[in-house]
Amino acid sequence: MLSAVLIAFAFALGAPFMKRLAGDRAGWWLALLPAGLTVWYLSYLPSVAAGESIREVTAWVPRLGITLAMRMDGLSLLMALIVAGIGTAIVIYAGGYLKGDPKLPRFYLILLAFMAAMLGVVTSDDLISLFVFWELTSITSYFLVGYKHESAGSRASALQALLVTAGGGLAMLAGFLLIAVITGSTSISALLADPSMLLASPLLPAVIVLIAIGAFTKSAQFPFHFWLPNAMAAPTPVSAYLHSATMVKAGVYLLARLAPVFTGEPVWVWLLTLVGATTVVVAAALALLQRDSKALLAYSTIVALATMVMLIGVGGEFAGGAVVVFLLAHALYKAPLFMVAGSVDHEAGTRDVTALRGLGRVMPITWATALVAGISAAGLPPLFGFIAKEVAYEAFLGAIPWLLLPLVAAGAVLLMVAALVAWRPFVGREVMAPRAVHEAPFAMLVGPAVLALAGLLFGLAPGLLVDGLLVPAAVAVIGAPYTFYLELWHGLTPELGLSALTVALGLLLSWRWIALNAGLRSRFEGSRTGPAGAYQAFADGLVPFAEAFTRRVQPQDLRLHLSIIIGVAVAATGITGLLMGTLVLRVAHPIGYFYEYLVVAVAVAAALAAARASSRLVAIIALGVLGFAIAILFVFFAAPDLAMTQFLVETLIVIIVALVLIRLPRGSLRERGDRTARLVTGVIAVSGGLLVTSLMLTVTLEPLDLRLADFFAAASYPSALGRNIVNVILVDFRAIDTLGEIAVLVVAAVGVYALLRRRASRSEPMGAGPPRATDGEGEGT
Amino acid sequence: MEVPFAFLVGVLFASGLYLMMQRNLLRFVFGLLLLSGAVNVLIFTAGRLSRGVPPIIPEGLAAPAGPVANALPQAVVLTAIVIGFGLIVFTLVLVLRVYERLGTVMTEELGPALVRSPDAREEP
Repeated sequence: MLSAVLIAFAFALGAPFMKRLAGDRAGWWLALLPAGLTVWYLSYLPSVAAGESIREVTAWVPRLGITLAMRMDGLSLLMALIVAGIGTAIVIYAGGYLKGDPKLPRFYLILLAFMAAMLGVVTSDDLISLFVFWELTSITSYFLVGYKHESAGSRASALQALLVTAGGGLAMLAGFLLIAVITGSTSISALLADPSMLLASPLLPAVIVLIAIGAFTKSAQFPFHFWLPNAMAAPTPVSAYLHSATMVKAGVYLLARLAPVFTGEPVWVWLLTLVGATTVVVAAALALLQRDSKALLAYSTIVALATMVMLIGVGGEFAGGAVVVFLLAHALYKAPLFMVAGSVDHEAGTRDVTALRGLGRVMPITWATALVAGISAAGLPPLFGFIAKEVAYEAFLGAIPWLLLPLVAAGAVLLMVAALVAWRPFVGREVMAPRAVHEAPFAMLVGPAVLALAGLLFGLAPGLLVDGLLVPAAVAVIGAPYTFYLELWHGLTPELGLSALTVALGLLLSWRWIALNAGLRSRFEGSRTGPAGAYQAFADGLVPFAEAFTRRVQPQDLRLHLSIIIGVAVAATGITGLLMGTLVLRVAHPIGYFYEYLVVAVAVAAALAAARASSRLVAIIALGVLGFAIAILFVFFAAPDLAMTQFLVETLIVIIVALVLIRLPRGSLRERGDRTARLVTGVIAVSGGLLVTSLMLTVTLEPLDLRLADFFAAASYPSALGRNIVNVILVDFRAIDTLGEIAVLVVAAVGVYALLRRRASRSEPMGAGPPRATDGEGEGT
Repeated sequence: MEVPFAFLVGVLFASGLYLMMQRNLLRFVFGLLLLSGAVNVLIFTAGRLSRGVPPIIPEGLAAPAGPVANALPQAVVLTAIVIGFGLIVFTLVLVLRVYERLGTVMTEELGPALVRSPDAREEP
């Protein structure tokens, strides 16, 4: 299963070359990949039908226990078949829809990469790898929504889709990590097999909410629904594929995948049903405002996704069965409807359903496809969509009946949408369109027609799928053995009555649509409140906020800048250390000779003098004294090499500082006034000093690991024939480090030379600086 | 003797940080100098102090006869001293150039001086 995903990624990388080789026919050739994958996934049918779930494990980050575990059961297989099967239709369709577009090679690349990632999502058996594939789908979706990157609206929509879904993805990751912390495993199979540890945890509600946020953003549930209609800026093949049939179902898939764990938990049930119900109402209401065929379809997609979310929330056997039936039915009718809307847009030049009439005369095959898919979408017999709606109604009737109120109302809107997309533009005596209309090319007819006919076939003979695919999928959602059968005609049941009511309402809506739509639009058009407005405020405010914040913490003044950095570093380290109790201020009784104390005292005095000095001469002398004091301490404590180097370097530094000082302005080093600044910096500096002291006291109380030192002492002569261990370390054991050190010195020397040379070649007085250049600095050790 | 060293390093850090946060760039350089000395002593002390036993193998032996001073921090500090030297010299020359270009070494005057002198801004 991993190999299928990897092959798909590899194929995606090769897609642009295929375009070059095959030209306009590339779509047909590239469709071989999803078609082949469909066949390959079909080969799993027998074992999945037998109730098996197949696992494949590849180590990925073994030290973190992250594996690339893949798993194939009924639910994964159903999703994989939808992704690969509809992918086949989409790739062929895109070849016709985007014919002649110079960006087509890139389009294929990203579309196929998306497909690979989506297959990864639905077959992952590890939460972390699922997350990685999940984010890959968000990123590929970003590029596909922003395909028309010349348009600012397109770019904004792409960014919005990315921010919303990736933000939700982060919440989901947090949820996954909580699961990993609580159960000690990221394996989905392990979690499904034994969720008791997770269910007993007090963090369970947090886990559920975080994961649900991830699913809600991906599946465009309220209040994150607004990105999906905007994502219609993408080319229609993308809308049909990512934003109706596959990617937006990832959220539903995740919820369904984890449903056996959480079903019955009050937080889960109420979160899913209430958010789903709210989404149904909001999306149905917003659909009434639309005239663009893709926007209409987008809102009806949100309603369908919300219905599935509610079903998963309700839980139980009926709902589990209903979810998988609905999932398949929706994919089979919504993708062709999108493609039909795209064909109409492509041929007639608009998606405004009020501007189109009579297209059925010139686009008969497109119309036939639209009708079959539309009847399924409207939930009318004898299509598969009818069966899906019936079983959904049945599931709600048996569990939480009042949830049917929003659903029946929304069902009416779905019927209206189907009528507006599949009926209204095609009927009428006269052809009405912005330009001359022809039937769509073959590549754009075959995919949607096949999918729509599949919906018809499964409607007439639902038994074809039930035992092999839908029952195993339902079992995966329910988490317990279960079997069911589907029939077109159930007899006179309450569900049928509800369906009749839905149809009646839907026909009424469709009949009065023009007046209703016009009235609603004049009232609500252009209002930017609600979640979309909140997103806009966030997006608009982010950059100014970042700018203001940066101006505040990084002012154009080195002193303030440094004070903030040092202050934050000292405070963060110190407070953490104090809170965790890792810093100790225990003082072991010091043992030392009086001359050692004397030198330490001299060093301390020199440092303080350097800090307080107002005369440059005093500062240099103090620094020199300090350097030599440190060198003497190195002598006392058995480090002759250090002492020697320190003497040399200190001498050089004093000379160089003196040379430079000659050219700098005379006068006091210390600023007058500004007592507050001095006080603040003093407090920060003293805290920093105290912090370092307590750190050192803490460190020196710990036992010392001498393994390395012992190794160097033992190996120095036998391995490197050197008697000075420090030197051997520098030039033998750590020779590369020393090479790096030399390189740093060379770079510094070149830098110094360049700075001074430039000064010699262009000597213009800027301010009071005396322009003279003679000396070069000595470098080297 | 590690405890007095811990306080010495604390004082060095405090003085160094204090100097780095002042307006005069020259004092910033002095602070940098103090800080690099402080870090050297810190590393040296973290490897523990010992008296009179430099990490040298006597003639005729393949390894030191008894315990010797920890050679590892010494090697690290040796590198650090030299790198610190390069850093200080470079920074000093940079300050010198800033002064020659902009006529000031006071941090809060640098920004406005740069704005006043488009010529200086162009220089890489």
